[in-house]
Amino acid sequence: MSPINLNTYAQNTWCPGCGNFSILNAFKMVLGELTAEGFPLENIVLVSGIGCHAKIVDYLNVNSFYSLHGRAVPVAEGIKLANPKVKVIGFAGDGDAYGEGLEHLIFAAKRNIDITMIIHNNRVYGLTTGQYTPTSPLGFKGRSTPGGSQESPLNPLEVMLASQATFLARGTSHGIDLLKKIFKEAIMHKGFSLVDVLQVCVTYYNMYEYYDRRVYELKDHNAQDYNQASNKIREWNYDSDNPIALGVLYKKELPTFEERFPEHKATDADRDFKIKEFLKNSI
Amino acid sequence: MDDFSVLIGGKAGFGIDKSGIIIGRILNQLGRRIYIYRDYPSLIRGGHTFSIIRSSQERISTHKNKVDIILALNQDTFNFHKERLQDNSVVIFDSDSVKLEGLNPKVQVLGIPITSIIKAENAPEIMRNTCIIGAFVKAVRIKWEILESVFKKEFTRETDLNFKVARRGYEEAREAVKMVSLLQEPLPLLTGNQAVGLGLIKGGLNAFLAYPMTPTSPVLHFLAEVAGDFGLKVIHPESEIGVILMALGFSYMGKKVAVGTSGGGFCLMAEGVSFSGMAELPLVVVLGQRPGPSTGLPTYSAQTELHFALNAGQGEFARFIVAPGDTQEAYFWSAQALNLSWKYQIPSVILTDKNLGEGVFNFDQSSVPEIKEVTPGLWDRESSYKRYRDSESGVSALAFVPDKDAVIKVNSYEHDEYGITTEDTQQSTFMQNKRLRKEKYLQEELEKFETVKVYGNKDSSMGLLCWGSNKGVCIEAAQNLGLKVIQPLVLWPFPVKKFQAALSGVKRLICVEDNAQGQLARLIKTFNFKVDNQILKYDGRPFSLGELEEKIKGIIK
Repeated sequence: MSPINLNTYAQNTWCPGCGNFSILNAFKMVLGELTAEGFPLENIVLVSGIGCHAKIVDYLNVNSFYSLHGRAVPVAEGIKLANPKVKVIGFAGDGDAYGEGLEHLIFAAKRNIDITMIIHNNRVYGLTTGQYTPTSPLGFKGRSTPGGSQESPLNPLEVMLASQATFLARGTSHGIDLLKKIFKEAIMHKGFSLVDVLQVCVTYYNMYEYYDRRVYELKDHNAQDYNQASNKIREWNYDSDNPIALGVLYKKELPTFEERFPEHKATDADRDFKIKEFLKNSI
Repeated sequence: MDDFSVLIGGKAGFGIDKSGIIIGRILNQLGRRIYIYRDYPSLIRGGHTFSIIRSSQERISTHKNKVDIILALNQDTFNFHKERLQDNSVVIFDSDSVKLEGLNPKVQVLGIPITSIIKAENAPEIMRNTCIIGAFVKAVRIKWEILESVFKKEFTRETDLNFKVARRGYEEAREAVKMVSLLQEPLPLLTGNQAVGLGLIKGGLNAFLAYPMTPTSPVLHFLAEVAGDFGLKVIHPESEIGVILMALGFSYMGKKVAVGTSGGGFCLMAEGVSFSGMAELPLVVVLGQRPGPSTGLPTYSAQTELHFALNAGQGEFARFIVAPGDTQEAYFWSAQALNLSWKYQIPSVILTDKNLGEGVFNFDQSSVPEIKEVTPGLWDRESSYKRYRDSESGVSALAFVPDKDAVIKVNSYEHDEYGITTEDTQQSTFMQNKRLRKEKYLQEELEKFETVKVYGNKDSSMGLLCWGSNKGVCIEAAQNLGLKVIQPLVLWPFPVKKFQAALSGVKRLICVEDNAQGQLARLIKTFNFKVDNQILKYDGRPFSLGELEEKIKGIIK
């Protein structure tokens, strides 16, 4: 564990066995490593949406912005644009990022803005007590779809690849070492990064056994190769029983939004003078 | 003639709007005060667009129905507007394409073969405007040099051809009326939207975000143009939801930020406005009103979002709402909205509308009260940092990321002073009281400002009550009819004491609004103020001076 104290006094209210614990613990290890390497903790801002996942910001003694359902992404973008030196890490659920806030995710990927999104993808709404989400399989029996959902799931990584994200990875809540590795790589990646974590909701959709039987860690995979990445991303569509690849699926270095965004410098003294100039030219 | 109105009309997409502004600028050089009403439909090409450029001795912000000159580039312009002509008015028209049928014989006519000139000079069709402006300048006996100086500023491309075409129009025309210079310095001409933008800059704006929507897109365009000069970040995100949430990210980082939209976009922003209230993240919204419900009349004007602005967002929280009525007020109060938002860590709404935002007015900076940028209350670095630490006024000291001694946590859930989620009964009540208490202190601070203005005959027992862009037309009508005008500028927290004082001596109160249900009348009723009569207009068009006077006369007999 890290030598710094990252805990708050907030009482943890996740269910025993919740997959969110792995994400929290892996992330704490990453924060510990980053600070040990000299990265100032005060330069990190965490953003969350709303849902079980979002409680993570209450449990970490780090700058945080507990946002709205679906809206972690634009907040993270605003923070990054306000000060590009800050590392912004967003946490969101699958209902949150892939449902209500999908437009923001697509645009953040398209801009290649340098933020990291960690998606707690448990494929069910937990906090609202068990409804199907954008990544639940066809026929999912939830409280809003007692006869089974009538729509196929999104493959969020395929959507992200098409949206020009430059870093895509997948992990599970049974695999804390891999999570730690890919979280850190995602955070260090210059550009938009997303980690889809197959995080298990023990209460409403316990998939531990299902995932354990199907997941495998990528080997000899060239993440720089778009076609290889695309094939691995499409191998499992969140509906079939195909093998599920874990690790870094796609990675590419491209200019970021904030690099392309012009940085203007102007002092307050200039302002009054320039307002006067503008007015003179408006006669 | 001291008071003089020109109408120019033609098809949308043919430069009518820009020509109206050029004519305004030319007249402005004579020391005349200018107001331009711009009327255009919601389409890119075709339809009918027109501008009325009125000029006068005094600063004005309303048009008259009757005009002194019509510049008719097409038949529609003549047909739609010939009723506005009076004896001795002048019609300048394209004699190649416009037929003057049914014209008052006392109107002077000045036909210019514009289509032939354009063809002969091998000029693009858009220069029909330039040609008719040349003819106009001659007809009203304005010196050619004045046209030249304005053209040099307005046309950066094809300047020579523009001059040539204008000169042809000038030479074909004859002198018809005399436009006198007035002995005063010209003042800058601004749209209300530009005045809002400059006011935000004056208030210390760092970032502006908006999704395009009439009538506030021009604020976005203007600030994007001048971003380099003023060190701004101007961003056009994917939606109004993206806009407001990104803006809250800027606000968290200590950047003074504003967003712009109209009613439909503000619907999408409502959740973010409530978040700003809960998380105490300062935010300014420029809300340009246009007629609804729904898409409504997108390129026209209304005063229909007062109650929406008062109530937008779930829950109860402090907010500041101001409705400027002219460019000076737009400048001053946009700066103050940023200041007050930051001082009290609340959302502010600047209510404008299409008439104010896209109308063109003179701007007299010397009549704007002094504006000081307010430094928000910062953390003293002594006590341990808590983002929501309680205080007498309910305002917590601010610290911004990165600060090695402070962990800064904001939260949309009910939270404790540190920013951690709570559902505790006592904490919840305590924090809600803390947030709401700020409004009382804001209201006290507003006592220092002129939040309610009075004009016209201050001894009259008849009062015209108005808000926002109706200010100008009400003042002029009141001057002509000997009435008093009362204009509340700040609409929330409502300045009850000042409003009461402004009503002193008024026995009959007539409320003038651009909506169907009398939104200001409804607001003041909650403070036990009653209006006796209402003059309501909701066709999207502004009151003309004559129209309002007739309505008032019908009431006061």
